[in-house]
Amino acid sequence: MAVETPLKGNIGDSIKRKEDDRFIRGKGNYLDDVVLPGMLHMAIHRSPFAHARIKSINTDAAQAVPGVVAVVTGALLAQHKLAWMPTLSGDTQAVLATDKVRFQGQEVACVIATDPYVARDAAALVEVDYEVLPAVVTPQKALEPGAPLIRDEKEGQTNNHIYHWEAGDKAKTEEAFAKADRVVKLDTFYPRCHPSPLETCGIVADVNPATGHATLYMTSQAPHAHRTLFAIVAGLPEQNIRIISPDIGGGFGNKVPIYPGYVVATAASLLIGKPVKWVEDRSENLISTGFARDFHMSGELALRNDGRMLGLRVKMLSDNGAFFADAQPSKFRAGLFHIVTGSYDLPAAHVETDGAYTNKAPGGVAYRCSFRVTEASYLIERLVESAALEMKMDPADIRLKNFIQPEQFPYMSATGFEYDSGDYPRAMQLALDKLGYQELRKEQAEKRKKGELMGIGVASFTEVVGAGPGKHYDIVGLRMFDSAELRVHPTGKAILKLGVKSQGQGHETTFAQIVTEELGIPAADIEVQEGDTDNTPYGLGTYASRSTPVGGAATAMVSRKLRDKAKKIAAHLLEASEADIEFDHGKFFVRGSPSKSKTIQDVAFAAYTNLPDGLEAGLEGVTYYDPPNMTYPFGTYLVVVDIDRGTGQVKVRRMVAVDDCGVRINPMIVEGQIHGGLTEGFGIAFMELITFDEEGNCLGSNFTDYLLPTSWETPKFEMGETVTPSPHHPIGAKGVGESATVGSPAAFVNAVIDAVGHLGIRNIDMPVTSDKVWEALNKVGAAE
Amino acid sequence: MGQSITVTVNGEKRSAEVEPRLLLVHFLRERLRLTGTHIGCDTTHCGACTVLVDGTPVKSCTMLAVQADGQQVTTVEALAAGGTLHPIQAAFKQEHGLQCGFCTPGMMLTSVALLTEKPDPTDDEIRWALSGNICRCTGYMNIVKAVKSAAVQMKASAAVPEAANAAARS
Repeated sequence: MAVETPLKGNIGDSIKRKEDDRFIRGKGNYLDDVVLPGMLHMAIHRSPFAHARIKSINTDAAQAVPGVVAVVTGALLAQHKLAWMPTLSGDTQAVLATDKVRFQGQEVACVIATDPYVARDAAALVEVDYEVLPAVVTPQKALEPGAPLIRDEKEGQTNNHIYHWEAGDKAKTEEAFAKADRVVKLDTFYPRCHPSPLETCGIVADVNPATGHATLYMTSQAPHAHRTLFAIVAGLPEQNIRIISPDIGGGFGNKVPIYPGYVVATAASLLIGKPVKWVEDRSENLISTGFARDFHMSGELALRNDGRMLGLRVKMLSDNGAFFADAQPSKFRAGLFHIVTGSYDLPAAHVETDGAYTNKAPGGVAYRCSFRVTEASYLIERLVESAALEMKMDPADIRLKNFIQPEQFPYMSATGFEYDSGDYPRAMQLALDKLGYQELRKEQAEKRKKGELMGIGVASFTEVVGAGPGKHYDIVGLRMFDSAELRVHPTGKAILKLGVKSQGQGHETTFAQIVTEELGIPAADIEVQEGDTDNTPYGLGTYASRSTPVGGAATAMVSRKLRDKAKKIAAHLLEASEADIEFDHGKFFVRGSPSKSKTIQDVAFAAYTNLPDGLEAGLEGVTYYDPPNMTYPFGTYLVVVDIDRGTGQVKVRRMVAVDDCGVRINPMIVEGQIHGGLTEGFGIAFMELITFDEEGNCLGSNFTDYLLPTSWETPKFEMGETVTPSPHHPIGAKGVGESATVGSPAAFVNAVIDAVGHLGIRNIDMPVTSDKVWEALNKVGAAE
Repeated sequence: MGQSITVTVNGEKRSAEVEPRLLLVHFLRERLRLTGTHIGCDTTHCGACTVLVDGTPVKSCTMLAVQADGQQVTTVEALAAGGTLHPIQAAFKQEHGLQCGFCTPGMMLTSVALLTEKPDPTDDEIRWALSGNICRCTGYMNIVKAVKSAAVQMKASAAVPEAANAAARS
């Protein structure tokens, strides 16, 4: 039997994950596992009403519970100027309500106690006298004249309108529509859903009153940015704040914002002088932390009779809840929603967006999505499906006819994005072949003759991820670069420290592999560290699929920096000129004589023991990488469904996913990311919904009502890949964490519409539940 | 007020005075510091807190510690007996059946109970058995693969002593 050589961990090697060893033994260190001596526990009293004026708060009963150390209200925070905090969108958000509550579940008071059970008992005893006000739960109602004013505390705010923002060329778009043979329109709603990482959010705040040093263990996807925001909000000197983001049990965007609980726990620790832990329960997570979507969208596509697209017009109204708290690059009020031209060569486009306050939870952060790219991709892919139906064209053909062609890259889109690279026809063709598309179309025609409903959904998404460049993209002014620090020790082992922070993506493996590729040090010899602001270089964090495009690029660049220095040392060791030294997979040799070589380990040792004159000791470096452009991953997803006319039940029979995320560093991890994203997309398409009744009561506040896909419902996925490297990324990678959640909801819904489109049904909003499908069928007399 | 309980946790008898309302998961995590058992939803849906009680998977967020009095509780910390990984642990790593790791202990314990009962489960049997354990990261495909691969390993290692016994008899 041949002996298998163990993989060293170069790019393209599916080595097993380094982080798994602790997780499979139950030895991870998540936030709730952190216990400090003398630690107190915090519980939050939340508003039962969506909109109500606070007349008084009585904390006597809560204070009287044995074990209660303090009860914190907004009035107390106001004395320290902490009752309100800035949001990531430049708005303000109440930390603890002082004047009004503006959504159900809003934070009103916090109890600090010696025991978590006692804290919760006492939180329930806080008495608040409310004057209930009418609630506004849709953005349309919020913008009606005379609607109750939600943000009456904001100077100059006379209605519930937050922003108006436009992108693209209006006049050119109108011209395109004037020339069009036909216009296809689709109104659709991408409902509110929630990232729901399995671990909820939490903090252990440990402020030493003697030194003023604050150590904050936080479920944070962006520890460095959070530290700066804490410094600004709380007025603490930044060097005294250390944020440690331990192992994170999933993030998906939910752990990007700063929540009131973090601020109160920190303030309480400062005032009491003991560590304070706060960990949300699931309901708190669902009703008060960063939700996603809630976009009402209207799209119009101008076409020629032959199916060629001429222009796109989009209007969007977003429901931002009580406080505008999206995470987004500063100058884009609707995030990157204007990527809505998708994969198509659309000569003209115009996008108009508005946002409104409602009496619902704030956030709108994301859910495995790069700043509203998901909503954009959903709209264009659903709209193209409508166009195919109305023009009686095959949904694959109409896409192939309008794709941006490989030779058009770099491609400037009508709304101002420079797409870096792509080969959309190739990805689609591979997906069609893998599925056996033509055969399935024949089967569908046969079934239709018998009255059976079968559909094939097509979606060809293009994403924009990996922000910066810093001059165009920032979060509250912080430029979106990222960083890597690499220290190669004398024995040739290394530590890589990053500004990004894994939440399960496998950074400890993937980023080690980049160093392996660049320097030849085996991945097993590289320790990757993240999440501790005292011990990692500054970076903007992990969200919007930016770790590999930005942090990965920084890792490659710092490795190259060290390689350059290593070359000088190798020249010294080999007694040759530096210009003659070549490097290949961890070995330095003189050009033409590869037998005489020095390994990277030899060179690392020499960096501390035997240096050429004039060269600084050590083999360490740090790089801050500001990407020249975003990256544009893409792919084609195909879904086959069968629908029961009697129940409206949709069964996903097959799903083929072809992804192109550029160069794949660890294909096993990439596929895992896609599996997870497809599953979340499946959940959003068919199950997940946070909704509200007319009084603003949140329906979807626990996992009984907010349905997540389990192993039983989740379909099996058939994977395919093409590789179109990013031309500007040092190793050609594009990022993949979010592609599948961005691209798949439209593929699922398009499959349903493809099955029922011939009956005149053009749209069913997500989640596409059996009752909605049956209702739609019944309306056209097609239900059984 | 406190109530005395004795629970055999991972083979060791643990006696404690607990409030009757103390959840088993908090007893394990806070009192015994066995933090491999996680809390994901508080309502018995997600399965992150799954432990084995007398061999049966139980969501420890919905069981009181006093209800476990006199019973055997197994947590993830006991899977690697004597430091050697249990086949289910090795298979989860091998098949990339975990990402953030938060659901993993519960997933593995539910899988162990399944494989004890059904050493050779089909995909559907695995998916049904795990349908009370939510994973937000992996999409389940690799978890199913891991359980199948562990089944093969466990059958193979069970076959070895049998073969040895047969050889000794002959």
